Amino acid sequence: MMQYVLKRVLWMGPLLIGISLISFLIMHLAPGDITTTEASFNPKTSQESIQKLRKLYHLDEPVMVQYGYWLKRMVKLDFGNSFASHQRPVFWQTKDAQGNVTKGLIQEALPITLIISFISMMLSIIISVPLGVIAARKHKKWQDNAITIFIFLGFSIPTFWLSLLLMYWLGVIHHLVPISGIHSINYDSLGAVDRIYDTTSHLFLPIVIPSLTGLAGLTLFIKNGMLDVLHQDYITTALAKGLAESTVIYKHALRNALLPLVTILGLSIPGLIGGSVISETLFAIPGMGKLFYTAVLMRDFPVIMGILTIGSALTLVGNLLADIAYAWADPRVRRGVAG
Amino acid sequence: MRQCFLLLLFALAACSKPAPSTQLQLDSVYPSQSGGVLVDAMIAEPSGLIPMIAAESASSAIASHIFNSLLRYDKNLELEGDLAKSWDISKDQKTITFHLKPDLKWADGKPLTSADALFTWQLVTDEKTRTPYASDFKLVIKAEAPDPLTFRVNYAQPYAPALDSWSGLQVMPEHLLKGQDINTTSFARKPVGSNYYRLAEWKNGESLVLSANPLATQGVPKIDKLVTRIIPDPAAQFLELMADNIDVMNLDPIQYSRIVPARTELKQKIALYKELGNGYTYLGFNLKHAPFDDKRVRQAINYAIDKQELIDGVLLGLGEPIASPYKPGTRWVNPQLKPYPYDPAKARQLLKEAGFVDHDADGTLVKDGKPLAFEILLNQNKERITSAVLIQRRLKEIGIKVTIRQLEWASFLGRIKSSDFDVVILGWSLSLDPDQFSIWHSSQNHPGQFNFINYNNPKVDKLLEQGRLELNPDKRMKIYHEFSRLLLEDSPIVYLFEGYGLPAIHKRIRGIDNPAPPAGIGWNSQDWYIPEPLRRKEIAP
Repeated sequence: MMQYVLKRVLWMGPLLIGISLISFLIMHLAPGDITTTEASFNPKTSQESIQKLRKLYHLDEPVMVQYGYWLKRMVKLDFGNSFASHQRPVFWQTKDAQGNVTKGLIQEALPITLIISFISMMLSIIISVPLGVIAARKHKKWQDNAITIFIFLGFSIPTFWLSLLLMYWLGVIHHLVPISGIHSINYDSLGAVDRIYDTTSHLFLPIVIPSLTGLAGLTLFIKNGMLDVLHQDYITTALAKGLAESTVIYKHALRNALLPLVTILGLSIPGLIGGSVISETLFAIPGMGKLFYTAVLMRDFPVIMGILTIGSALTLVGNLLADIAYAWADPRVRRGVAG
Repeated sequence: MRQCFLLLLFALAACSKPAPSTQLQLDSVYPSQSGGVLVDAMIAEPSGLIPMIAAESASSAIASHIFNSLLRYDKNLELEGDLAKSWDISKDQKTITFHLKPDLKWADGKPLTSADALFTWQLVTDEKTRTPYASDFKLVIKAEAPDPLTFRVNYAQPYAPALDSWSGLQVMPEHLLKGQDINTTSFARKPVGSNYYRLAEWKNGESLVLSANPLATQGVPKIDKLVTRIIPDPAAQFLELMADNIDVMNLDPIQYSRIVPARTELKQKIALYKELGNGYTYLGFNLKHAPFDDKRVRQAINYAIDKQELIDGVLLGLGEPIASPYKPGTRWVNPQLKPYPYDPAKARQLLKEAGFVDHDADGTLVKDGKPLAFEILLNQNKERITSAVLIQRRLKEIGIKVTIRQLEWASFLGRIKSSDFDVVILGWSLSLDPDQFSIWHSSQNHPGQFNFINYNNPKVDKLLEQGRLELNPDKRMKIYHEFSRLLLEDSPIVYLFEGYGLPAIHKRIRGIDNPAPPAGIGWNSQDWYIPEPLRRKEIAP
């Protein structure tokens, strides 16, 4: 088992380099760079100034040389500075000679996105597990149909449309929740309890909406898992032994049905840090999705590469964790790996 | 347990907050008074607050509240002193001397002198400074500050756009920036300026708060605090305006003329304004490609396009046709010029003279066996796309086959800058200085330069050169009136329209000029005020 994990970890190095090289090349295939997007169409900008800027950012050199520079910095875990955002560090804060701390772009955006997507995912799980179990137990009855329709609706409704409608209905008409942002303007003058209330109410829609739309996949997985398990012999045996139905369902069946969920959760780790461009733009949340989107539009190469690298590293770790967790949860897999 | 807690939090969040029920007396008259908070929104966050480095509109929008330039434009868009009390131009027009107002102070109390202006000039022309705007200032061969109130610049030859360039260069404090790397300095995130406001707080990705600067060089503004929220989505911004969470927003024509007027509760609390826009949209020909090298073809297309139809269809009537590349209402517009009227008969006749005939009556004009057909290139801009479709139909009526191609902005720019197009729909922003050398002069057509339509008229070249050398506004005006006339006659581009700026402002904000002067409603924002009874209760300043 240890050997297996070690091998997987060692493989991640070359994989990451491959991923970063491909990302770097694709990024440079897109037309334009920071000097064409920034101040791009202002007749006051001269061609010499643009050339000077390109030179300063090494954009005039061949792509492979630029990749070399980037890799050299990455070896020291230095993600570099943004081209666009006044040279702010991409990843973590730096301190200048006067002791002024400049926070990193990812450092600021990541916690916000993590909190939102984590709670949103927890919410999805909390709702989808009982829904999936009910749908499986009442298979092809009206409860199952109702759940399927509900899931189908949640899955098909465009997020931005639902968001705008709820913003209008709950925010403008009823004044129940704030419309956008993560704090009120007067946040700093509030007491501790009011602050929690303020943040929670700001995050209410951004958390609830993706969890509603994300329910579909999870519920179907659990429902199908349950259906599979419920037809197994050991369930029939357990029922025949005279165990209560709820014990059979929740103790014997559900635990086995939850196994695929482990894989899904592992695979969703990169999604947790990715954030959603649409919902973050709509709700004015300064998270990772928004950061990445702006960076792509501005051709802010260090930021794009920083996010892609962290994202792919986490994807690899997520896959590994999912496999390990799966082996831990399921003895059959464990034996397979060891053998 | 945690799950229960989370659920509880959400239940709490869903609890009703009392709706603002105060029926404000929004239409009564109040005297001007100080205090209050104005909340507005921007779609993008500034990267830093040193505009010459940031080079983006979000940055200049905020920084213009914080910094002063030597000169500025008044409500009629004429130059006036800002930090400078007056300025002299030498006989040979090569030297400009600025006389600063006495006793100017930075927000931190240190004196603001001509040394700061000199330092700023050194900064912007420094090789290490990452700014795209250095070229105007590199023409200065000598700059000096002989005494604290005098700043003098010498040019190798007279350069008329110089005054405009000094109105765009915001003066930076030497005592805080000396020895710092301007490209990375933390000053960009905690600037100290000299204008009406100073930065009080900057919450990354959320908001910027400006508070009144008691030492402001131009006097203290009426409104105490300006809060600018970063709301990237225009639809969300509009919802915030409806919910009374922001006071100011620029509307699009549909919101302006359909949504707001249709809702009484919005009409009651929001005042709509109309100001001259900052740019115009045009259809430009690549003059190196046949048949656009033929003036008659260009004029024919100009006659065949119904500009009023575009304004009504694209802008819902909220725009103006133009006949010269200047802001309507300013002195640079030649009042004698009128846009080409919609006249398809004339268009057909001109095309016939140019040799385009429909031999087989299939509806397409042909010359030398080649049909008259071209592609309009544009970026993903809704107004431009709608315009292109309307133009396509009008040109089809006179026998021209048009296809439309949309590209993403960066790819689009690549094709434009290498002159790889037939016809393009694009916009120019209207600069306040009349000099448009870099757009129309025949020497400016190399890849990456701005005369990408390859316009070449020796007479126009000459006028553009003269205009740069003449600092006297009245003489300059004559030069540019003649330039506009030649340009309209040559028709290298078809002026489509100039859209209005459409600000919507909550009625609690008073003191706004209506109708807006040429400079727009914002020119006197320091005198805007919020009567005490109308202020937001929940925000203590």
